[in-house]
Amino acid sequence: MTAQLLTFYLFSGVILISSLMVISTKNPVHSVLFLILSFLNAAGLFVILHAEFLAMILIIVYVGAVAVLFLFVVMMLDFKTSINKDNILQYIPIGILIGVVFIAELIIVLINTKFDLSNIQVLPNPLSDFTGKSNTEAIGSVLYTDYILYFQLSGVILLVAMIGSIVLTLRERVGVKRQVVSEQLQRQGKIDLVDVKSGKGVDI
Amino acid sequence: MQSLVYILPEIFLFIVATVLLVTGLFLKKIKLINLLAIFSLLVAVFLILNQPFQSAFLNSFVVDEFSLVLKVMILIGSIASLIMFVSSKDDLNINIYEFPILIIFSTIGMMVMVSANDLLAMFIGLELQSLSLYVLAALNRNSLLSSEAGIKYFILGALSSGLLLFGISYIYGFSGNTNFNLIAVNINPESLGLIIGIVFVLAGLAFKVSAVPFHMWTPDVYQGAPTPITGFFALAPKIAAMGLLVRFLFNSFGEIYIDWQQIIFFISIASMMLAAFAAIAQTNLKRLMAYSSIGHIGYALIGVACFTDEGLRSLLIYLMIYLIMNIAVFAFLLSLKRNDGYFENISDLSGMHKNHPLRTMLIALIMFSLAGIPPLAGFFGKFYIFVAAIESEMLFLAIIGVVASVISAFYYLRIVKIMYFDEPKEEFDGSSIQSLNLLYYPSSILIIIFFIYPSPVINISEYAIQSII
Repeated sequence: MTAQLLTFYLFSGVILISSLMVISTKNPVHSVLFLILSFLNAAGLFVILHAEFLAMILIIVYVGAVAVLFLFVVMMLDFKTSINKDNILQYIPIGILIGVVFIAELIIVLINTKFDLSNIQVLPNPLSDFTGKSNTEAIGSVLYTDYILYFQLSGVILLVAMIGSIVLTLRERVGVKRQVVSEQLQRQGKIDLVDVKSGKGVDI
Repeated sequence: MQSLVYILPEIFLFIVATVLLVTGLFLKKIKLINLLAIFSLLVAVFLILNQPFQSAFLNSFVVDEFSLVLKVMILIGSIASLIMFVSSKDDLNINIYEFPILIIFSTIGMMVMVSANDLLAMFIGLELQSLSLYVLAALNRNSLLSSEAGIKYFILGALSSGLLLFGISYIYGFSGNTNFNLIAVNINPESLGLIIGIVFVLAGLAFKVSAVPFHMWTPDVYQGAPTPITGFFALAPKIAAMGLLVRFLFNSFGEIYIDWQQIIFFISIASMMLAAFAAIAQTNLKRLMAYSSIGHIGYALIGVACFTDEGLRSLLIYLMIYLIMNIAVFAFLLSLKRNDGYFENISDLSGMHKNHPLRTMLIALIMFSLAGIPPLAGFFGKFYIFVAAIESEMLFLAIIGVVASVISAFYYLRIVKIMYFDEPKEEFDGSSIQSLNLLYYPSSILIIIFFIYPSPVINISEYAIQSII
């Protein structure tokens, strides 16, 4: 139990520190790298909870795809990292105020409520028994059956995202000269096929 | 397999949208694609009317009387904005065949929203709806205002989705369920976490219906987006989000209505008052309509705050009348066209009645109706709302509502005054708006004859609410 607690505090401590670094480092590349570090540690937290499938997905999707994409964008944009200190200081009071209000609310909630989930009613037709199945198997067995509607609708959302990005960025440029091979080959009267005898050459 | 019957209209629309998407790429006939889209939306209306009432997918997707009526209203709004699109696509620089397709996707999202009986379904429907709307707002790439509208809407929309999701996580954590009915069963009235969850979800939904204090995006987005899309924003998403709000609050938190009632109470008063005062200073008609829609949402929310049969019925009557009035208003905005483009400023209307007596008369009628002057439809919408508020002893709400509607009468009547008594300007085009007449005349006639024959609207709303309370 103590080992589990220790790893929990280790992972969440690193997450907190690296999240702070994400927003406080001046170099955007460092920010992205800290973001990746916090994702990795979040994956560690999932492993402690025995949710190994989510942990792996988090690494594959967020670290492998999203964060690397971020990194590419940040490196390609090459923007100047000149942040005006006065501008940041300007927002500190209101930021602290809102943060204090939120923390106070959270504390009030935590003091006032007990997480008692023992007498909660389950779904009318409960999901099948997951005992003895691995994470992946359990998720797979309900994702395409009970939760098919959500799964497919999420797919539609992705389709809309794709359509949207194409609609908003695709431009047909006029006046651009493109190579059309078939047209080149069909030009009449301009191309002669000449049989060149070896050693004699040809007159053009 | 059997549960597919309950999402048949959604599946049908999805198939149509994807087929149109592919054919549109090769067949560069936007008018034809738009016509097919309108036709398929009509078919979807037919499919919805013939659906069996049932809940499916672990009781997370409900088909009942309430969802049926709201879905038909949403589809009417979508069809209206597609008709507006036909008449204006060349002039507004939005000659893009994806327009009807994105409208269809957004409509699917809204249909899921009004049928959602689960926090997950609610969120996914909401996202599908808003993602299409963000793209639509920025559709005119050559206009700086349109791009600004798109970015603004996207960033604030993403923020509000974050708030909504945060609230959902609280509700799930403190009730142990995502299903509305099961949340209601497991509700613990003393749970503070649940109330925080409700507050966050209401903040997210208030953003979607553009109620004060989450209304900041509305005027800019309404002004920046191309007019047919602004029309769509004002018509369908508001109705869908109100339906979702009602189902969320009534189905799952009916027991602790005291807690959310005060939130709705405040949002409603703030929306009515802000809209009444802020609209006075506007010179742009689309911005004016944005404030007007904020105000109308404020009135409609009175019906939610009542938490009675009466309140819900009056809410539905109000939404139906709101739909009809807004179709008329946006058709009229699109008819303000001369050779050199569209006109959006109030001053451009001056002396319109010299050149277009019939059109001006109809606009004046619509404005009177929006202001709530008897015997037009808008008056009865407000009348039923106020009666419901008084009957559930919310006298204060009713008084504020009447005061706000008196103040807002100023800016509606100013338009009438400018049209009739100011110096005339050049004529507007009359020829290019033939398809708009399809929207213009029926909706004006409905507004006028409502007081003679109001029973269909009242009966439909009676029919719709029987599945909620």
